[in-house]
Amino acid sequence: MTAVAERVRHAAGRRVPTRFLPVVVTFALFVLMFAGGGLRYESFASGQVLLNLLIDNSFLVVLAVGMTFVILTGGIDLSVGSVVALSTMVAAALLRAGWSPVLVMLVVLVGGAVFGLAMGAVIHYLEIQPFIVTLAGMFLARGLCYVIDLESIPIDDPLFRTIAQTAVPLGGELFVSPSVLVATVVVAIAVYVLHLTRFGRTVYAVGGNPQSAMLMGLRVAQARVGVYVISGACSALAGLLFTFYMLSGYSLHAVGMELDAIAAVVIGGTLLTGGSGFVLGSVLGVLVLGTIQTILSFEGTLSSWWSRIVIGLLLLVFVVLQRVLARRGVA
Amino acid sequence: MDRSALVEMTGISVAFGPVQALQSVDLRLHPGEVHALMGENGAGKSTLIKTLTGVHPVDAGEIRVRGEPVAFAGPAAAQAAGISTVYQEVNLCPNLSVGENLLLGREPRRAGRIDWRGVRRRAAEVLGRLHLDVDPSSPLGAHSIALQQLVAIARAVEVEARVLVLDEPTSSLDASEVAELFRVVRRLRESGVAILFVSHFIEQVFEISDRMTVLRNGRLVGEYATADISRRQLVSAMVGRELEVLEQLDRAPAEPAADAEPPVLAATGLGRRGAIEPVDLAVRPGEVVGLAGLLGSGRTELARLLFGADRADTGELTVGGRPVRLRTPRAAIDAGIAFSPEDRKAEGVVADLSVRANIVLAMQASRGWMRRIPRRKQDELARRWIELLDIRPADPDALLGNLSGGNQQKVLLARWLITQPRLLILDEPTRGIDVGAKAQIQALVAEQAREGTAVVFISAELDEVVRLSDRVLVLRDRRPVAQLAGEDVELDRVMELIATGGGARA
Repeated sequence: MTAVAERVRHAAGRRVPTRFLPVVVTFALFVLMFAGGGLRYESFASGQVLLNLLIDNSFLVVLAVGMTFVILTGGIDLSVGSVVALSTMVAAALLRAGWSPVLVMLVVLVGGAVFGLAMGAVIHYLEIQPFIVTLAGMFLARGLCYVIDLESIPIDDPLFRTIAQTAVPLGGELFVSPSVLVATVVVAIAVYVLHLTRFGRTVYAVGGNPQSAMLMGLRVAQARVGVYVISGACSALAGLLFTFYMLSGYSLHAVGMELDAIAAVVIGGTLLTGGSGFVLGSVLGVLVLGTIQTILSFEGTLSSWWSRIVIGLLLLVFVVLQRVLARRGVA
Repeated sequence: MDRSALVEMTGISVAFGPVQALQSVDLRLHPGEVHALMGENGAGKSTLIKTLTGVHPVDAGEIRVRGEPVAFAGPAAAQAAGISTVYQEVNLCPNLSVGENLLLGREPRRAGRIDWRGVRRRAAEVLGRLHLDVDPSSPLGAHSIALQQLVAIARAVEVEARVLVLDEPTSSLDASEVAELFRVVRRLRESGVAILFVSHFIEQVFEISDRMTVLRNGRLVGEYATADISRRQLVSAMVGRELEVLEQLDRAPAEPAADAEPPVLAATGLGRRGAIEPVDLAVRPGEVVGLAGLLGSGRTELARLLFGADRADTGELTVGGRPVRLRTPRAAIDAGIAFSPEDRKAEGVVADLSVRANIVLAMQASRGWMRRIPRRKQDELARRWIELLDIRPADPDALLGNLSGGNQQKVLLARWLITQPRLLILDEPTRGIDVGAKAQIQALVAEQAREGTAVVFISAELDEVVRLSDRVLVLRDRRPVAQLAGEDVELDRVMELIATGGGARA
């Protein structure tokens, strides 16, 4: 591990700019963990196990993408887990009421975006901390789930079932779910927006120094509200993917998932203070979290709280790493 | 009307509530000229800049750009008219690349996407024009403040700026960085940009500027060609001489016998990098030592070192003859030192507490919170000091925030005097207060000294420093220049030293 870290640092000194370093470290960590799993368990290091990581976490990838936008501006969105649950509930309830499945998906997506818009507007125009506003949003969304139904609502809509059960072949024995394709498209769009549009660069600028961004004449309001709209829409989309995964709507779905998303973003090397980070880093963060789960399931005898302990330690390590890098960047 | 002026501001007046910040001020900027705007703290420099850059509206007066009257709705409108500003703090994003910072918000695009190759090319062009050798793809935060400052200037001129306002751009730069900045400024001047340069470093102003406008107390003192004015004349224009409405204080010089006593506080080679170069200073009981110098000369920095508010990196301090290390203000207070800070709003006044509570604050703190001062004692103290210092309104229950600046200052003085300090450090105790209160505070300082307290007195108003002090330490550009004592403490002498440093002693 130290040798690898050493080599990474060595390489970084010559070629990799400091801003990519956290992502490189996360990538190295992921490769290392996956290789470690492969050495310890037979049939671990197969292509399908790798793809299963994506299949089981596609909703988390989408959530983490939205969260990356928010955190890049220096904000936070605690409501995403509850919005996922609310989305599963709304979808299930509307399908039960006999709505067309396509219309249901549309309503859920628009609903998530509007929810995000409302939070973003309150945060920007009333100048209230994102933590408080999205905490309120979290309670609100979770509470609304119970208004819809106290019990789990099963889904038997044919379109939803078909999507849930489809396997997209990738040649050989390998396959992925449609959700993985959706998540891949979301990641690609996010990379495009963040790096090739003025909106994306404004997101970085706002995270770097909001005061400066304003004095430079950038559209700060658009960026600060926009990221919550994106995060809301991503949460709703993740809710739909989660619905395909579970085929039910339930108030207790996705409890604490906002923290998984934040953890993935931070492990992916995005600074919580904003202005620095990459969507691909967040995807790697999700993969690292998924690998921990997979290793534990292969181990079989270990309890799931071990994954929490490992995630906790990893988070700590990454936050410390960021601080060290930031210090060196200054010096 | 002056045909050649690019910007012509005439009769500009701005008031903030009852405070008249600017009164009928004129300013003309010519293309291809560096124009310095000079004045002490509170002279109205920044207000004037802000009217030019569209941050503040003007109450009266006219701004013409190229002969056309204009009224800017905001900074963006001023920028559109070709007036760009670079502020003292670099207003860029350190997390983004140099090139992005130059072009953020106006990146070249192709089919809606940012054309990164175009960004790099354009950035290299802009940097090349100013002869700056920087890699446009390197992150801005990796460069020195000086370079960031230059990038900010490059960004400002990238938008075809005709007028460039530099608001104290050199305050955090060292000599070689200043030289680099001036090289860029000269290049811009040659290309016909009108530059407004604000700085309190006199040498720099003489080095770079062609013309200067001096403000004092919100009024125009005059416009001068730099070649026609001496450093002496500039300083006296900035500082001025107040009319002698103030009470004349006949202070007998400190008793010679006092020399035998150990100093209350003595500093040897006390300094802090980037704040103040090593200073030797001793203050004896009953003596008033004045610190004279312009804004930014290191007055406040030295005071903060003496009080332990900042840690010195060199030198030694003795209190009453014994060596001490003042790591915190708390340690200084325990050693009998009291400090009334310059920015009383931020560092002294507890606006939401009553006058009584503010007065007993320091005494209570030094007793420890467990031993509460009895209410009757508090009332008695408050009443006595309100009467003694003529604090108005004479109501111990009034909230301090509702008092005028002068009366707030008196309350702060009472707070420290009540603890009977051996050394009293007063940083700008008379700033922004009316003449009557000023005279009372000066009288109070003199009286404290007579009773044996040692006083370090800091003021931007030199005649005040000269009148009150037994000795004056003159500071210039964060360096001690000279110490004057006895007969030598004289206004002209102090001004001379501030203007020329020790070097050009006549």
